[in-house]
Amino acid sequence: MSASQQPATQREVSAEIATAAGVPPRADGHPERAYGPYRSTALRAPQQPLVVSPPSLTELAAPVFGARDVAPIDADLTRHHTGDPLGERIIVTGRVLDGDGRPVRHQLLEIWQANAAGRYRHEGDQHPAPLDPNFTGGGRAITDDEGRYRFVTIKPGAYPWRNHTNAWRPAHIHFSLFGTAFTQRLVTQMYFPGDPLFGFDPIFQSVTDEKAQQRLVAAYDHDVTEPEWALGYRWDIVLDGAHATPPDPDGV
Amino acid sequence: MLELTPSQTVGPFFAFGLPFDGGGDVVPAGTPGAITLHGTVRDGAGAPVPDALLEFWQTGPDGRLPTRSGSLHRDGRSFTGFARVPTDRAGDYHLRTLRPAAPSGSPHAPHLAVAVFARGLLHHLFTRVYFPNHVEANAADPLLSVLDEERRATLVAVPDGGPTGPGYRFDVRMQGPGETVFLDLSTHGLAQPPVATTETPA
Ligand SMILES: [Fe+3]
Repeated sequence: MSASQQPATQREVSAEIATAAGVPPRADGHPERAYGPYRSTALRAPQQPLVVSPPSLTELAAPVFGARDVAPIDADLTRHHTGDPLGERIIVTGRVLDGDGRPVRHQLLEIWQANAAGRYRHEGDQHPAPLDPNFTGGGRAITDDEGRYRFVTIKPGAYPWRNHTNAWRPAHIHFSLFGTAFTQRLVTQMYFPGDPLFGFDPIFQSVTDEKAQQRLVAAYDHDVTEPEWALGYRWDIVLDGAHATPPDPDGV
Repeated sequence: MLELTPSQTVGPFFAFGLPFDGGGDVVPAGTPGAITLHGTVRDGAGAPVPDALLEFWQTGPDGRLPTRSGSLHRDGRSFTGFARVPTDRAGDYHLRTLRPAAPSGSPHAPHLAVAVFARGLLHHLFTRVYFPNHVEANAADPLLSVLDEERRATLVAVPDGGPTGPGYRFDVRMQGPGETVFLDLSTHGLAQPPVATTETPA
């Protein structure tokens, strides 16, 4: 599977996805870094096993972000320009929790996404779809006392990429999260329910456990939807545990 | 226990979402004792990786971790302990910071914690930057001391002064010869028996 080979067809990639789905998934639900159907992993996944190591005191703490770093308007991506962006206005909200179910309070979330036409405001995006002068697509928020966050944005469009011939990403919003320990760092993507592209997408399918896949998909929530204004989606995010008990200094 | 939200790649288009002005300025220019830390991120073929993002988190020379906010909006005075730097077209990154000291009670030698993100990387990688002058602390470090010499060397910055003052080089090799030591720091990982680290993969 070298990069110099002819691009594969969707049929070939789908067959690889089916084969990879037969391998027992990781217990933590994360994708294996070496995942053949996503071609760019071939030269970027380590070959050596990760070294299991107790976190250092540095890694058990995390950078602090707060009101100095994030303005309230940063969470409303529809108000970053003078005009309204095109597309379907949506609300995305939820809670950030750790593995023990505790709210992750006052921590930074960052999102970035394509516009309604499936185009990123990035020089490397070659998709011949229009940029929207009223949409940049980046947002930030700090979770509240209950670990809640809330963004107002535009539903992103699906977009093509060059992984294989006729490769399309399902609509998604990229999320970046911090916890109270650097070990809790997470970058992931949120998807929309019922997307017909799920089965074709190597990045979504790199999470091979079906239940874990569903944890990447937001739920439509009519109670979040606001009348005459925007559809609502709910998506809770669970970070790794915070190592509440410091590691044994004598342990390796 | 709640099930974790799975990781997904940062993708190629994070540039307008994550990097921020002054992201590599852990201390302002002209800060006494400032060092530069720079390097190149390379893939399994040795090619530079132009779409990686590195984050660094560290103690200051007093062994303390900053507890005040302001890591994204630098005030131009404070040591923030946090850097976020994308690689450029040549796969290079650089930041300006202070040498870390070990917090009191730490079994670990002074180091920077590092998270590596990139297109093609489905789950970020953790590693550490250690410094060569802490000979005794490095020898006693719970991580460095279990690695063979070749692998240990991937975690130790190389003195490399530049025109802007004292500097260190720390390259990241994502795969292949000289592959950087990457860490499993998860609670999940700690539940597993430690993996032998010196074997070559099948
Ligand atoms: Fe994307």
